[in-house]
Parts: sequence; structure tokens; C-alpha cells
Amino acid sequence: MTYTFDFASVLSSWPQFVEGAWLTIQLAFPATVIGFVIGTLLAVGRRSSVRWLVRACGIYVEVIRNTPLLVQVFLVFFGLSSLGWKVPAFTAALLSLVINVAAYSCEIMRAGMDSIHKGQLEAAECLGLSRRQVYWHVILRPAMEKVYPALTSQFVLLMLASSITSQISVEELTAAAARVQSETFRPFEAYIVVAVAYLMLSLLMRLGLWGFGQLIFTRRRRLGAQEAGR
Amino acid sequence: MISGGLNLHHVYFLLIGAGWTICLSLIAFVGGGIGGGIVALCRISPLRAVRWLAIGYIQLIQGTPLLVVLFLCYFGLSIMGLSLPGLVAAGLAMVVYVSAYLGEIWRGCIESVARTQWEAAECLALSRTQRMRLVILPQAVRIATPPTVGFMVQIVKNTSLASIVGFVELVRAGQLINNSIFQPFLVYVLIAVIYFAMCYPLSVWSRKLEARMQFGARPVIEV
Repeated sequence: MTYTFDFASVLSSWPQFVEGAWLTIQLAFPATVIGFVIGTLLAVGRRSSVRWLVRACGIYVEVIRNTPLLVQVFLVFFGLSSLGWKVPAFTAALLSLVINVAAYSCEIMRAGMDSIHKGQLEAAECLGLSRRQVYWHVILRPAMEKVYPALTSQFVLLMLASSITSQISVEELTAAAARVQSETFRPFEAYIVVAVAYLMLSLLMRLGLWGFGQLIFTRRRRLGAQEAGR
Repeated sequence: MISGGLNLHHVYFLLIGAGWTICLSLIAFVGGGIGGGIVALCRISPLRAVRWLAIGYIQLIQGTPLLVVLFLCYFGLSIMGLSLPGLVAAGLAMVVYVSAYLGEIWRGCIESVARTQWEAAECLALSRTQRMRLVILPQAVRIATPPTVGFMVQIVKNTSLASIVGFVELVRAGQLINNSIFQPFLVYVLIAVIYFAMCYPLSVWSRKLEARMQFGARPVIEV
């Protein structure tokens, strides 16, 4: 093999990588937050006593979890525009990521909510808490605390999966690599640079989410991670 | 006939694409399974260097998108002077990806076999290899089956990325059809339905296996 690596030409177009990384963050952050909120609502819906709501939420989650994100992205972008509803690429990307992560968050949150001991609910009822109070204080927050590590991994996976939106011409990190390689004819180096950038992004994201977890789960901090992680 | 709607030939073409999706998934699962086994064993090796190597590999692959791994394989193979079909690059990328994830899943399963089993095996004077082969792995396999089947869903879904490097599997077949009839909504819904038909049974199977684990073997893991 007589290939000589040339990172200089690729790295000289660093502003493009930075712009791409910034757009990746702009995609991943709102998608995570909105997707998590919708996913939690879906999880609550799946536990409700209204049968059609349970069914509807269940079908949504199964359909999304059993089809590839790439197809979902194409369906939102090309499919909706052919039905006469034209969406810009960024909106389509964000929408499909939200749709996707909502289903996964729902499953994770549901597992967390199912793991809340029945005695806790009975105790809450005995204390005369309202339905909403029970949901917020006894079910949702402890459930989130329990599944927080799983949520963290899922959100990092979402950030990585956002690379797929480069296929509908969203100029995020992977698309930046594609553009740089078409200018420098150095595809291998360009993708190595992008791989390193993703690696750093995911490390930063893990760190950020861990810090956020420490901040909001004060009980966990007091009792030690081991207790709350059980 | 220049244009026209979706006809049976298109559906047939899609099904051939689906066949290639299954083929690529099998390559990924078998290759990734072998790789994952090696990664899992390295991850729990008594040698620190080997352990760290496995950790590094897992972190590296789990921290980069599969799409980037795919491009690296695709362009990496081509700068080595090999011009290979898309299947090889896609297969290689999938094997690399699957072995990191399965390695981590299986590591967890091996480690969740109760500590006492390791100790008992040691008391019986079994060597490390014997301990693994006769005591730990048979139990770990039981624990590992539900998550592994669950991960197969991810494998099938992720083979869709192979379409990006031009390998004609299900999504690429759909894109080709769409280029001729231009009905993206219909075509992509059809593709989604076919994927669902492949993945849903796996999901259900995984859940059933998991439910069965709740009784029987579960107390051993939960110690």
C-alpha cells in the first residue's frame, strides 16, 4: 500500500467542520428535548385506562422502532413534499429525529415507570396526593432517575444517528466531510477527521448529561449513584 | 410505457432488495457475532492491555456514527487499491459496528453470571478455559439471547445505510423505483412496511424470550 496521508489539506477547511458540528448540535439538542417530552407523554398514554390511547401509543412506538431512521427521514422529506406539504430539509430532519427519539424515550420511560413499586403508589394515595402529584413526584421523577443512564445512551445514539440527515442535504457534520472531500479529493482523511469530531461530541454529550443528572437528581447525589441506579 | 404507477414488477424488485437486506444482515450478524465474541472475551481478559484495547475499540465504534464507519470502510478499501462491490464495504462496516455493540452486550451477560458460579468452578480446579466453556458460557448464552435478538432488529434496520454507498438493498431498490415512477410517499411507505414485516417478529420474539427469563433464571442474575 503506497498511500500517503495528507491531513493538511483537509484540516485547512476546518471552518466547514465547525459549522457542520454546530448544525449537528442544533439538530440533536432540540430533538432530544422535544423527543423526550413527547416520549414521556406517550409512556403516560400507554399506562392510561383509555384503551384506544394505549393501542395508539403502542402502535406508534412499534412502527417507529421497527423501521429504519433512514426510511423515516426519506418519508418525511420526500413523502410529505410529494403530498403537497413542502418542508425545508432542516425541519424535515428535526421532525424525523423527534419522531424517532420519542418512540425510544417512550419505551425507556415506560420501563422506568413499570419499575416503580406498587407500595409507593399506595403510599402516595394514602398521603392524599392528587393524581397529577402522584404522577409527577412518585412516578415520573423517580422513573427518570432510574432510567437516566439508558436515556443518556439513547440520546448519544440519536446525536450520532443525526448523521443520516446528511442524505437529505442537511449540512451537518457528515455532509461537511462529503463537501470537503469533494474539494480536496481526500475522502479517507475527511471522514477520519469527522469520526474524531463525533467521538469528541459524544464524549462531551455524555459528560454534559452526566453533569445535568448530578444537578437535577439531588437524591441520587445524596444516596450515592449505586442506590438510585438499582 | 414511460410512466405509470407501481406495478408487480416494482414489488418484485423491492422483494429482491429485501432479500439482499436479509443477506447483508446475516453477514453482519455472523461476522459481528464472531467479532463480538472475541471483543467480549478480550474485554474481561485478565491482561490489562487486552482489556483496555477492547474498551478502546468499543468506545471508538460506539462514539462514531455507523454512517461514518461505512464511509471509512468504503473509501479506506478503495485507497488500498481495491475496487470492491458495495456489499464488501457495507459488510465490513456492519461487522465492525456489530462486533462492538454485541461485544459490550455479551460482556454484560458474561459478567452477570453469578459470582458464586465462577468461584465454584475455581474450587473444582477447572482451568480458565474450562471454567468459561463448561460453566460460565452456557449460562451466559441463556441470559444473552433476548438482548441479542433485540439487537438483530438494529442490525436489519442499519443495513439500510448500505444504500448510501450504492449497494442495492431494500432502500436503494426503492430509490431506483422512485426515480422511475416518482411516487416517493407510496414507495417509502412500502419500504417501511417491508422493514416492519422483517423487524417486528424479531422484536416480539425478543420480548417473549425476555418474559420467559423473568421466571427461572432471573433470580440468579439479579443478585
